Amino acid sequence: MEKLAELLQYIFSGLTNGAIYALIGLGFSIIFNATAIINFAQGEFVMLGALVVIAFSALGLSLPLALVLAVAAVTVMGLAFERLAIRPARDATAISLIIITVGGGVLIKGLAMLLWGKDAYTLPPFSGQEPLTLAGATILPQSLWIMALTLLLVVGLEAFLHFTILGKAMRAASYNPVAARLVGIRVSQMVQFSFGLSAALGAAAGVLIAPITMGVYDMGTMLGLKGFCAAVIGGLGSIFGVVLGGLLLGVAEALASGLVSSGYRDAVAFLILLLVLFFRPQGLIGRRPLRSS
Amino acid sequence: MQRGVMTVGGKGISLLLGLILALGGLLSGPAQAAEIVIGGLFSITGPQSYLGEPERNTLEMAVAEINAKGGINGNKVKAVIYDDEGDANKARLNASKLIDKDKVIAIIGPSLTPTSMAIIDITQPAKIPLISCAAGVNITSPVQERPFVFKTAQTGQMAVARIYQYLQKKDIKKIAIITVSSSFGVSGKDQLVAQAAKAGLEIVAQEVFGEKDTDMTPQLTKIRTTPAQAVICWGTGPAPAIVAKNMKQLGLTIPLIQSHGAASKKFIEYAGDAAEGIILPAGKIAVYRDLPDSDPQKSVIKNYVEKYEAKFKTPVSGFGGYAYDAFNLLMHAVGKAGTDGTKIAQELQKIQNFPGVSGVFNLSPEDHNGLGPDAFVMVKIEKGEWKLVE
Repeated sequence: MEKLAELLQYIFSGLTNGAIYALIGLGFSIIFNATAIINFAQGEFVMLGALVVIAFSALGLSLPLALVLAVAAVTVMGLAFERLAIRPARDATAISLIIITVGGGVLIKGLAMLLWGKDAYTLPPFSGQEPLTLAGATILPQSLWIMALTLLLVVGLEAFLHFTILGKAMRAASYNPVAARLVGIRVSQMVQFSFGLSAALGAAAGVLIAPITMGVYDMGTMLGLKGFCAAVIGGLGSIFGVVLGGLLLGVAEALASGLVSSGYRDAVAFLILLLVLFFRPQGLIGRRPLRSS
Repeated sequence: MQRGVMTVGGKGISLLLGLILALGGLLSGPAQAAEIVIGGLFSITGPQSYLGEPERNTLEMAVAEINAKGGINGNKVKAVIYDDEGDANKARLNASKLIDKDKVIAIIGPSLTPTSMAIIDITQPAKIPLISCAAGVNITSPVQERPFVFKTAQTGQMAVARIYQYLQKKDIKKIAIITVSSSFGVSGKDQLVAQAAKAGLEIVAQEVFGEKDTDMTPQLTKIRTTPAQAVICWGTGPAPAIVAKNMKQLGLTIPLIQSHGAASKKFIEYAGDAAEGIILPAGKIAVYRDLPDSDPQKSVIKNYVEKYEAKFKTPVSGFGGYAYDAFNLLMHAVGKAGTDGTKIAQELQKIQNFPGVSGVFNLSPEDHNGLGPDAFVMVKIEKGEWKLVE
């Protein structure tokens, strides 16, 4: 019984982190599908989400309003990032664009450091500090918020991509840009839109974890890396795969640090990544990429 | 070479200069005295900027202060300060630059143990006194091989000794330790393990966490399954606060003891309600108001805190105090020995009963730190404030 409660505690911890990794991973996946590039500035959107919501909340806005405004603000930043950094170089090779995103990420991080300084900031949780007890294991209300809102966002994203005309256009532009252009879809707009959507997802991850982890200018790098792992493990092409990858990664980390040794926590994440890359380079669920680029 | 010429010819030159000025009568004011250039090397940006930034601020403040009083032996002091970003390679480059280009007589810093260790083989052969602001005990030992290396920060060793003294009084026998995987945490862990047996303590769990980790519930869940009577956490920045929050979340009610790395106001802010009741060893600066007036450090600390807070409009941290003590020790030695590196180092190790921000320094040729466990006091966080517990 005690062992079960212990195990459950690891799983709660893993699922909470995993949901965040999944949201960040989805940001990678959306941009990858639209442009075949990996946006290494994705982690910085998470950091911006966390710091902007804390700033809005400090201005005295109610928490729900601050959350929505923060995600909206970071979405605009994502759109601007595409317009200012990616589009001027759109004829460059994928690898050049990826390097641009690395540079963009460093720039965003630097600007955040100038704006917010190097201290961490706290945000009150969405509802209550008191942990809930479930079969001997405890879970914070914030963790439930994270899991529930991640689920909602994933379902919403899936519905958006499959049932709205804009979502379908984005998918079309990603499958075959030339054909999409022929039927009148503005592919460049879809690319920009994908950056906005990724930024929104990253910001959502940021506002969700801010009460647990606090917001600090350099929080994005490691989270971005974990999200990238999640996306690659699950398969960059599949939403379901990325979510699975994120949860798997989170739970594996928690189990490794609880049952084996906490020193192996990060090693486990990257070990899983390597194993997947060796044996299933397309990811656990992912299809083989349609493009060769 | 140039420095040698300066010291030999210094008096002659200033005499000549005075003569010219007196004859010309065109310029008013005293003759331009020689300038004493000291180096500062801190982690001003990067993850450890919470150390380097107050150290830089403090050094600039202390230099301005001494110049306002007329400098040292009539010479103005100038500090050339570089940022090593917490990177050992940049520390080495900047240390060489300070010695070769800026011709400093001594270096204060770096902020971290790894960066300090990295530049010792540059400063030591150049016979340039180095007063590190980092905590690692290895910086100044073996002292026979490093006659030019000093440090002002309390070591983790003293903090561990202080915590164990406290635990023995509380009759606690079994402890769990959870340490950060940075050099601070690793050396803390080594000391915790090394001193445990002597203090009659048994370590029943040893866990680690990453500096940027955001969830330590797995490690703490594991600790919950052990018979530990207290948890000792060794880390800096936001992560130890997350440990405190996670313990509360898990309903783990045994005492949490943090290291001196958590002895900053920021920690209380980060941990919020979870900070209540946490016990930690802190430099006296944290509770200087509660110290008896007979404590020799009280007036030094009060003076430093009030000046710092008035000038920079931010709450002071103990870290800036390392640079403050380093500067004051150095100026004390320079005042007696002049600008020759070997003489400065000899003067430094003669310093006795020198009250500083971090403790009362008693240096000797065997001890280039000069502090003992009494440089720490045990404090408890109550209602968001530190309270002296002993």
